[in-house]
Amino acid sequence: MLLILTVLATALVAVVASRGRLHPLVGGAVGLAGALATSWFFAGCALGGDVIGENTGVQRVLAVAAVLTVGAGLARTVAAVRAGGGTAGDGLLTELRSGMFRTRSWLPWLLLAPTLLVLAVFLYHPAFQTFALSTKLARMGAPRSADVCLSNFAELLVPSPYLVAGLPLAAVALVAGLTLWRARTTAGTGSHTVAAALAPLGPIAVVVALYFVFAPGRTGYRGVYVATVGISLGIVALSMAAGLALAYLVARRFRGASVYRTLLIWPYAVSPPVAGILFFMMFDPTAGVMAHLADVVGLDFPSYRSDGVLAQAAIVLAASWKWVGHNILFYVAALQTVPREIIEAAAIDGAGQWRRFARIVVPSIAPVTFFLLVTNLTYAFFDVYGTIDYLTRGGPSGQTTVAIYEIIRVGVGTGDLGRGAAQSAILFIAVIGLTVWQFRRSEGRITYGGGA
Amino acid sequence: MSDNLTISVGRRGLFAGRTWHLHVLSLLCVLLIGFPLLYAVLVATQTNAEVFAFRLTPGSSLGEHFHKVWVERGIGRAMWNSVVMATLVTVAKTVLSMAAGLAFVYFRFRGKSLVFFGVLITLMMPTEVMILALFRVTSDLGMTDSLWALVVPFAASATSVFLFRQHFMSLPAELPEAAQLDGAGPFQFCFRILLPLSWNTIGALAVVSFTYAWNMYLWPVLVISDASGQVVQQSLSALRATDQAISYGPLMLGALLASVPPLLVFLALQKPFMSGMAISDK
Repeated sequence: MLLILTVLATALVAVVASRGRLHPLVGGAVGLAGALATSWFFAGCALGGDVIGENTGVQRVLAVAAVLTVGAGLARTVAAVRAGGGTAGDGLLTELRSGMFRTRSWLPWLLLAPTLLVLAVFLYHPAFQTFALSTKLARMGAPRSADVCLSNFAELLVPSPYLVAGLPLAAVALVAGLTLWRARTTAGTGSHTVAAALAPLGPIAVVVALYFVFAPGRTGYRGVYVATVGISLGIVALSMAAGLALAYLVARRFRGASVYRTLLIWPYAVSPPVAGILFFMMFDPTAGVMAHLADVVGLDFPSYRSDGVLAQAAIVLAASWKWVGHNILFYVAALQTVPREIIEAAAIDGAGQWRRFARIVVPSIAPVTFFLLVTNLTYAFFDVYGTIDYLTRGGPSGQTTVAIYEIIRVGVGTGDLGRGAAQSAILFIAVIGLTVWQFRRSEGRITYGGGA
Repeated sequence: MSDNLTISVGRRGLFAGRTWHLHVLSLLCVLLIGFPLLYAVLVATQTNAEVFAFRLTPGSSLGEHFHKVWVERGIGRAMWNSVVMATLVTVAKTVLSMAAGLAFVYFRFRGKSLVFFGVLITLMMPTEVMILALFRVTSDLGMTDSLWALVVPFAASATSVFLFRQHFMSLPAELPEAAQLDGAGPFQFCFRILLPLSWNTIGALAVVSFTYAWNMYLWPVLVISDASGQVVQQSLSALRATDQAISYGPLMLGALLASVPPLLVFLALQKPFMSGMAISDK
């Protein structure tokens, strides 16, 4: 079993690497090293035979997937770095400057040392620890831990190995197929238009496939997954749409525009917990202003504290309110670079306000939109913790328990570090996927996040 | 004169529309965005009975609430802890990132691309995703329940290193050459030439890091259990949890007080923040 897998991984990795203009052997070696490291770290038990816990088939599938992905990903990265293109940062590393200090060789290391030390101890080390913990039965405060193979992961998924392997594979194949089709067809032809129109199907397929992969029920992960996807997408959609609309309003040059900008951006400085508290007050079913307003109009104000969908909506509103300033900031900067001449020309040609916005403004700020998409998703994944904790506490009946909230509930609340770490690892993989996607789409341009 | 010009160009450009329309619309949006805060200010002055009766006039309980929040519930102390923590994070992040940016832009050394890649990779490692392991590492180092745990893990960040790096790259390439010809060393160059040219970047970074550190909630909840060491975001929960029935006034006042320092920093450093962010967006 292990042998077949190794051969398979090497072949795959060599193919991937050769596409990046790296010698297939080097790529194969790197990928193999990565794959072996992963299986030692992660999947040794599941491949060796002594699988622990239930869902042994699922654990095997997971192990194979982990080994293959890490091997191929590593080979691809090395290949891209070697080829000097593709991965972000390479273009930036070309030495453009002549005037450099060359006096003491230890000096740059001294300057970098504190940063590198902090990153190593508080980022790299915990990152590896997260994956190490995820295969353990470890309790908060207990020094010892036991190996449990991949059962922490397996219990989050449906028991069928075929579903766990098949659905994501099919989704990925769909994404790859659509991308390939779009790349092959020439722009302007009918099939290109069809391919471009179908392109969003890929990500949707991935999202849907994952829904069926996570186990249903109260102990399963499907509820958390649904809450996370729903709330995150809601926040991203609302805060980006509102951000663009407000930015479009105040990016114009008129007297007082900069004052309006400041008065719209300030919630950026408000903390997620405070946003939670403010909306907790406003939506309070008995004392809040919304209930009073509904009373005045003669409506019955439904309580978000018992209705899950309303609770999710309340979280989305509060979190978007706090974050809209961030999006306004970037959209104002982007809108001010839209060339006026093109818009004026379109206006002369008789294009109306809405047409100009949809056909000229939106496409020309697409790179910023894309960048914001990823920062907004990261915000929606993590920073909502404080808002949720003060607004709904994950309820009612877990319908606002998003991934990060569940990680803390399991890892700290019940003290089950291993299970919490396994959920962290899943979220980690999602974040890595998003970031890699962003890097590849933006072709190596570094943009500034504004988060940490 | 200039107003006229704007309007005549604006009619046909991206920014078409009459200005009074813009003012009315902008004002409405400002009110909409400001509504939660304005409402909180109103409630902060009222007793629970006044809140339930939905009075639109300010109540007279502000002083009483302030005493309750600041002294009895210890928000004052928590605010001080937050100020110290956020200031330390901001200063440490600025100094460390500037030094790293300096090394990446103005020095040639072996393994630079590797190190740079290592820093770049951390962009896809948000602290929250590894928070359980981070907690374990921190408690293994014996740092829990101390200021160290709140400051040290956040003293370095890839984004701020890149912000400085980008800013230094945008400066004229002749600067270090000229400095070297004049016999200035790297440190003199940094303090005499680079620093005065970097205030916008530093200001932007200060707003971002101060706000980020001040607004941290999850991490302090995990590592600080001692009441005297709590930061303000944590201590707000005491305003809601301790009473049998929620007293809305003190809760709102606490939320407002907890928002004052980052808002002040934002307003004070607004100019460098806006220009620093716009530059970095390229």
